[in-house]
Order: sequence, then structure tokens, then C-alpha cells
Amino acid sequence: MSVSPRPPSYAWKFPDKIAAAFSQLGHQVDVYTASFRIYILGPIFLYAIWWVTANAELVSPRLLPGPNETLHQLWVSTVHGDLLSDFWNTLQRTLYAFGIAAAFGIPIGVMLGASRKIYGSVEFLVDFFRSTPATAMFPLFLLLFGIGQEAQIAVAAFAALLVVLFSSAYGVINATKTRILAARVMGASRWRVFKDVMIFESLPQTFVGLRTGISLALVVIIVAEMFIGSSSGLGRRIIDAQQVYNLREMYASIIATGVMGYSLNLLFIAVERRVVRWIH
Amino acid sequence: MSFVSQAQITSPPVEPGATVNQARPRSHITIRGLTKRFARKTLYENFDLDLPKGRITTVFGPNGCGKSTLINMIAGLLPIDSGQILFDGKELRDITFGYVFQNYREALFPWMRARDNIAYPLRIRGVSKAECNARVEELASSFEIGFDLNLRPFNLSGGQQQLVSIMRALAPNPEVLFLDEPFSALDYEMTLFIRDRLQAIFMETGITMIVVSHDLEEAVFIADEVLLLSKPPTRVAEVVPVTPLRPRTDHTVSDPEFVAIKAECLRIFQREVRR
Repeated sequence: MSVSPRPPSYAWKFPDKIAAAFSQLGHQVDVYTASFRIYILGPIFLYAIWWVTANAELVSPRLLPGPNETLHQLWVSTVHGDLLSDFWNTLQRTLYAFGIAAAFGIPIGVMLGASRKIYGSVEFLVDFFRSTPATAMFPLFLLLFGIGQEAQIAVAAFAALLVVLFSSAYGVINATKTRILAARVMGASRWRVFKDVMIFESLPQTFVGLRTGISLALVVIIVAEMFIGSSSGLGRRIIDAQQVYNLREMYASIIATGVMGYSLNLLFIAVERRVVRWIH
Repeated sequence: MSFVSQAQITSPPVEPGATVNQARPRSHITIRGLTKRFARKTLYENFDLDLPKGRITTVFGPNGCGKSTLINMIAGLLPIDSGQILFDGKELRDITFGYVFQNYREALFPWMRARDNIAYPLRIRGVSKAECNARVEELASSFEIGFDLNLRPFNLSGGQQQLVSIMRALAPNPEVLFLDEPFSALDYEMTLFIRDRLQAIFMETGITMIVVSHDLEEAVFIADEVLLLSKPPTRVAEVVPVTPLRPRTDHTVSDPEFVAIKAECLRIFQREVRR
């Protein structure tokens, strides 16, 4: 026989079962991460650049602490420090400002949108003040409300209100004419057309306004905390850290602010998806 | 109430023996001296028309003759420049009517469930929730609805949405139902289905229907009378009675009588287009 009998193999061979299990695991990780793999590329890339830049000291370490040090600082300030209370203060002010803006902006906006004449008469004013940087109003609001968080909230509310109001009015003006006509032809009164149709028709636009409004409120609150006397809040925290050259703390606070802004945005998109399901 | 017989309008030749619509029913909607001008052109000038009670009238005519404009003026969606439109001698605001839009996507309320859409005209009349529900169920069974009325319009197919629109228009038991090209945004299968349902509802209720159509076969198929309009300034070119008995089916389309009426309508239409 030319075929030599296979010698019994005593050489160690990687067990097939384990190999199969690993392969299976690899496949599952692949499937599981497929949907978000692409999204974490950017952050990983940024982290890598930051890390290399900091460690190679391409930028003075006095200006740029490394990513690990910064994240560690964020952790320490959150768990052991008072970052959370500043976070909460800023969030509260932002929500107050936003609440005021929404409570007045939506109804006024919808009413303005429903009447071309009234809208026409105030369009210029709304547009003008909407285009005026809210920060230019700081001194005025300081005079009106005094130094303190009332002034901060007021100026942020003012800025957000105009955005919300304009969006709601715009939503009503661009409401689907057929639906309004349909309600009218069924015999709906002006009031019913307004509350059953126009309000809903304006919702998609209103949500755009609300989302822009809350971002704007956060921006104004942060700046206000920095410059119009405040003893708390993330804006205060950032500027304090900068003043004493505690750059780790400064970057950590900036990241915390970003987390707040981003979370608010996510929250709004989620609410929007639920409320105005018909446009998605 | 003024009543002008339409006997003076020349009737097209129809086969003898078709006696169903010979006795013209009395007028339901009377239009006298209707005038409507748009910026540059006069669409209707001193326009008179009687639309019969308890009949389906389809409106057909050349492009731009104002088919939709006409029913929109009758239904009060468009203001008229002058003239008078009466329903059994009553003004529009004193009657109950339904209107079905061509574009169901933009006519239904997507934030309401299908059943709330249907009940809406009742709700604004202050009808109780229980009664609304009963009416919706009643409509659902007469339309043989095969889908869930708790869905929202955007989860329904186009045909289902148009069906919901029609049910909404019918909910308050209207005296007149206006339909503006109700099939033009539907696929063929749905067109056939809704056409049948509409005919069934009509045979059950005998409600006066005015249907604008841009498809001659469809116009003839559903009509008791086809109202053929001329090019602007718009006049009544002819009123063609459609005699085949109801319920009309797929066989009706190949019925010689039906074919003859359709040919007659086409002839008049062509004459008007070339005029």
C-alpha cells in the first residue's frame, strides 16, 4: 500500500469546539456592533489625535492636558467634587428659561400665525429682535432684574422665546391648506379649526423651534453665568478654572456642558418622534 | 323655489327600452346666474344649472373648464362673484353636506386615528362619544371595512385613506356628497373597489352625489347623468343620462348601451375641445 497509515496524532491541536465558539462570538460581536461601529470611529479618532498631541507635547501641556487626565478629572469632579451641583444649577436655569419661552412663545406664535394681519404688523419686530444677539441685551436685563440668576434666566428666556414664537407662527402659516379647508367644510368653527387643526399642523415646526430654543437658552445661560455675576453653574465653573489655570478642570467642565447640550437635544428628538409621528 | 326643467337640453340618442331615468327627478341644487371671474379670464358667466336629487351626477369637460371650481363654489370652498345657489330652496349653511378631496393625504388629520377622523364632523356638532362610535361602526359595516380603524392615516394604504375620507364625509348623513376627483390618486384596484362601495352606499341611501371626474369611462360608469361642460366661458355642453341599471358591474362596461353612451359623451367632449 502506498498510502501510509496516518500516524495517530499526539501533536496538540486547537480544539475545534473552542475555535467554533470563538468564531461564533466574533460573528456575534460583528453583527451586534455593525449598527454603531461607524459612529464610534470619529470619537476614537479624536481621542487618538488628542492623546498623541498631548503625549508628544505638540501643544504645551499647560494648554492641553491629555484625554485620560481630563476624563479622570471629570470623574473626580463629578463623584467627589461639586460638578454635579453646578450641572444641576445650569440645567435648572436653562429649563426655567426654556419653560417660559415655550409657555409664552407657542400660544403667541400660533395666534400670530393664524392672523395674517397681526403677524404682518409684528413680523419686523420679531425678526429684528430675533436677529439681535441676546448677549447684547445683558446690560439691559441686568438693569431690569438686578445681578442674579433672574437676569440670566430672563435674557435666555427672551432669546429662546423669539425663536419658539417665530417657528410656531411659521408652522401655522404653512399649515396644509387642504386640512384647514376640510375642517371648515365640515362646519368647524374658527376656534375648532384653530385648536383641532392649526395647533397640530404647526407642531412639526414648533418642535424645530423648541429644539433651537433650548440650545439657545443653554448658550445664553452659560455665557450669562460667565459674565453676569454668578456663583454657580457650569459657565462660572469654566471661567473659574480658566482664571486659575486649572485646565483639566476647564476641559472637564466643557465636556460636562457638552453632555448637557447633547442630552437635551436627544431628549427633544425622542419627544418629537413620539408627538409628531406623522411626519416621520 | 325656482325649478327649470332640463327638457330643453337635447338628450342624446339612447336605446329605447332604457326607461329608468326617463322621468327626470326634481332638481336638488339650483344654480342661477352664477358668475366667477379670475384675474384674467371669465370662467362662468350667468351660468344656470339644475342638479337632480337622489342621483349621481358626474362633471366632465375639457381642461381648465372649471369642473372642480364648479363644485367648490357649490360647496362653498370658493366664493362666487354673483349668482345664487340653492339646495331645495335652502342656503348652503342650512344643509348638511359632505366633501371628499382629491388628495386624501392632505385632507385627513394624521394626528387622529381613522375612527376619530370619521367621527370628527359629528364631534364638532356636539354628538356624544357613544353615538359617534355607533355611527362609525355602522359606516364600517356598510363599507365592509377590512382594516383596523384604530390605525392612524399614515399607517393605511392610499385606498384605505380615501375610504376613510368618504366615510368621514358621510358620517353626518349629508343631503349632498361632493367628490372632487376621488379616484385620481388611487391605483386601479382601489379605484374599482371604492367605485363599487360608493355605488352600494348610493343604492342604500339615495344621497345626491356630485362627482368631478377626469376619466370618461369612470364618469359614465358611476353616473346617472354626465354633465359635460364646454371650454371657458363655461356652459353646459350637454347632460347625458346614463341608463344602464344598477348595480353596475364589470359586465356593464361591455354592455352595448353603456358603450353607446360613452361614445356619445366622447363625441360631445371632442366637439367641445375643438370648438
